[in-house]
Amino acid sequence: MAAKKIYETPMLDELESGPWPSFITGIKALRDNHENQFIADVTSSLLGQLEHSYETRKGYWKGGTVSVFGYGGGVIPRFSEVADAFPESKEFHTMRIQPTPGNYYTTDMLNQLGASWEKYGSGLQTFHGQTGNIMFIGTTTDGTQKFFDDINDYGWDMGGAGPCVRTAMSCVGAARCEMSNTNEHAAQRWLVNNFTDDVHRPALPYKFKFKISGCPNDCQNAIERADFAVIGTWRDDMRVDQAEFKKYVEAKGRQYIIDNVITRCPTQALALNDDDTIAVDNRNCVRCMHCINVMPKALRTGLDKGVTILIGGKRTLKIGDLMGTVVVPFRKLDTREDYEEMVELAEEIIDFWAENGLEHERCGEMIERIGLVNFLEGIDVEVDPNMVSSTRQSSYVRMDGWDDEAIKWFERKAEA
Amino acid sequence: MAMADMRPPIESGCPDGFQYMHPTMRRNFGLWKYHTDPKPGVLRHVAESGEEIFTVKVGTQRILDIFSLRELTSIGDEFADGYIRFTIRSNIEFYVTDEAKVDPLIEAVEKLGYVVGGTKNSVTSLSHTQGWLHCDIPGTDASGVVKSMMDELIDEFKNWNMPNRVHITTSCCQINCGGQGDIAINVQHTKPPKIDHAQVSNVCERPSVVARCPVAAIRPAMVDGKPSLEVDEKKCICCGACFPPCPPMMINDAEHSKLAVWVGGNHSNARGKPTFQKLVASAIPNNPPRWPEAAGIVKLILKCYKEDARDWERVGEWVERIGWPRFFELTGLPFTKYHIDNWRGARASLNASTHIRF
Repeated sequence: MAAKKIYETPMLDELESGPWPSFITGIKALRDNHENQFIADVTSSLLGQLEHSYETRKGYWKGGTVSVFGYGGGVIPRFSEVADAFPESKEFHTMRIQPTPGNYYTTDMLNQLGASWEKYGSGLQTFHGQTGNIMFIGTTTDGTQKFFDDINDYGWDMGGAGPCVRTAMSCVGAARCEMSNTNEHAAQRWLVNNFTDDVHRPALPYKFKFKISGCPNDCQNAIERADFAVIGTWRDDMRVDQAEFKKYVEAKGRQYIIDNVITRCPTQALALNDDDTIAVDNRNCVRCMHCINVMPKALRTGLDKGVTILIGGKRTLKIGDLMGTVVVPFRKLDTREDYEEMVELAEEIIDFWAENGLEHERCGEMIERIGLVNFLEGIDVEVDPNMVSSTRQSSYVRMDGWDDEAIKWFERKAEA
Repeated sequence: MAMADMRPPIESGCPDGFQYMHPTMRRNFGLWKYHTDPKPGVLRHVAESGEEIFTVKVGTQRILDIFSLRELTSIGDEFADGYIRFTIRSNIEFYVTDEAKVDPLIEAVEKLGYVVGGTKNSVTSLSHTQGWLHCDIPGTDASGVVKSMMDELIDEFKNWNMPNRVHITTSCCQINCGGQGDIAINVQHTKPPKIDHAQVSNVCERPSVVARCPVAAIRPAMVDGKPSLEVDEKKCICCGACFPPCPPMMINDAEHSKLAVWVGGNHSNARGKPTFQKLVASAIPNNPPRWPEAAGIVKLILKCYKEDARDWERVGEWVERIGWPRFFELTGLPFTKYHIDNWRGARASLNASTHIRF
């Protein structure tokens, strides 16, 4: 069944050539071959509007208010500003649906989700948006509720949109990566599923994101993109298989090992011994991952695993990009109590920020405005030298509480 | 439908991933020992138990129509025991326990027009925003940009030619949803918003718009007898932050919304701490359908990086080692006053030393 009306798309047609898969070819297939008349018509109209954007170099979608029953967010409403010319895609809302940690699916489940969307939406979907959500792109206001009711019954829930706790994201993780130091699945679900109310009913100063990476390679971009970044790490010695190391030296040559492993260590914690084994100064290793990345068969993470938590990462708007800052240098994440304590920390942080953040101010921006120390006092976390790259450079500060603070430091040291 | 008849949601939140995970992965969860890279696009992971799993990584168009999705799932059924995942750059990964199925899978998926690669020291797929297809504030498209760039970089996706992995990102506005990348292609507006004064009081909460401006360039004003807003154009940095809360602040402009290219964003802690990207080129035309000028600059930077960087150096580390003067010399790109930062913390980016290469 073909669309009732076909729009000329000379510019988009140019995106059908070339070796990379073409989204235009895919949308045209829906327009020309899908048996559902709504899908054929809405995708035809979408192509018409997109061609108009390409010609005029402008976008023509505006937001609005659409939600499913019981929730305040999760639907991204899109109404066309050029619906007179392209009427079939007048309403073209996106559904944000939370994926599993690490984005795992069976093909059966993907087919089931696709079939539901085919029934109530445009037949276009994305795995995944930059928010981490599955994006089911393009349905009417009526379709949003029907689609949600359908997939919610078999285990899928809406993601966050607006000033709320957002959909969380994890790397591939312990399921298929030897670098992993934590159970990313458990960490993500403990955290974000504690805040389902805050995901579905936006009432915070702005967005709040959890992201989890199993090791400091941070494949999930947690430090620079998450308000609450959980990064797997370890605190004992890294594991060394000297026989495997020697094989690398033999295969690659000493020059290669010196240039690519030994001298690339940021803290000069590695040395090549005369017998072609490696010496590791574990007390000065900062767990950067480089040497392990180069020779994963010879070098491995340690066994006393846990996580580092960094708070306040975000992108540009409004004060510029911010990386997260270390707030928890190391904590174990093994037992139920460990997870509960991490969730309590997240609650403390979100509560403090909800109370003290300005409208549209991310947690990291609030920390920038009030200073890290005020933030730490607000969430009841003690200062730690792992939180800074260097100590203060300016003497312009009132320090008459010094003796009390020094006593606290020694008391904490004695307790540890 | 009356409210009483509505179905209340089941607030199940983030679903359990273990139910969708390959049994070999479930069995060896947290027990993987090492991996090798048999060829581009293929990973082989070996567990303590001796079990192995092969990953075949495949680039997609990301905006998947249901026909394409079904093609991919049928490949998964035929060759990969029905288990897949997606990477954060929208590549699909098929999981194969039988090594003999790896090559037939690659052949089958390539026959359908998909591309295998994106592992190790290759250029993987661009991170992908929404753009004109679906965003309400975009200065450019996303899917078309990704398609155009990946057509140009196809050999770099399929092979291990780069000193280290390269992540490229795009962003369709200066909120920069695309994130940090070794190379980033982002919209850069160059003129203050044009204001539709007749609409401001109808659709905008004016104090919120005033508060949204990073440089306090917006203030309330009466225009033609109606409450509106005005912009101090000398202060305005053309970021577009006022546009999302107030669409009459029209920042997008067919001619003056340009593209800028940034390098050196890196989220990994490997070797150095994570870094933000730095400006290298701007005033690049926003030129659909194939953005040849932007693609040209990306290819130029990649060519210089490939020739000059050492093994394992990411783009930002390479520039750090050779210095910015050499970067501009090698690429032939102009260095301008706009490259010198004047935002908060800018002094940290100035050279307060005699470290100069001659």
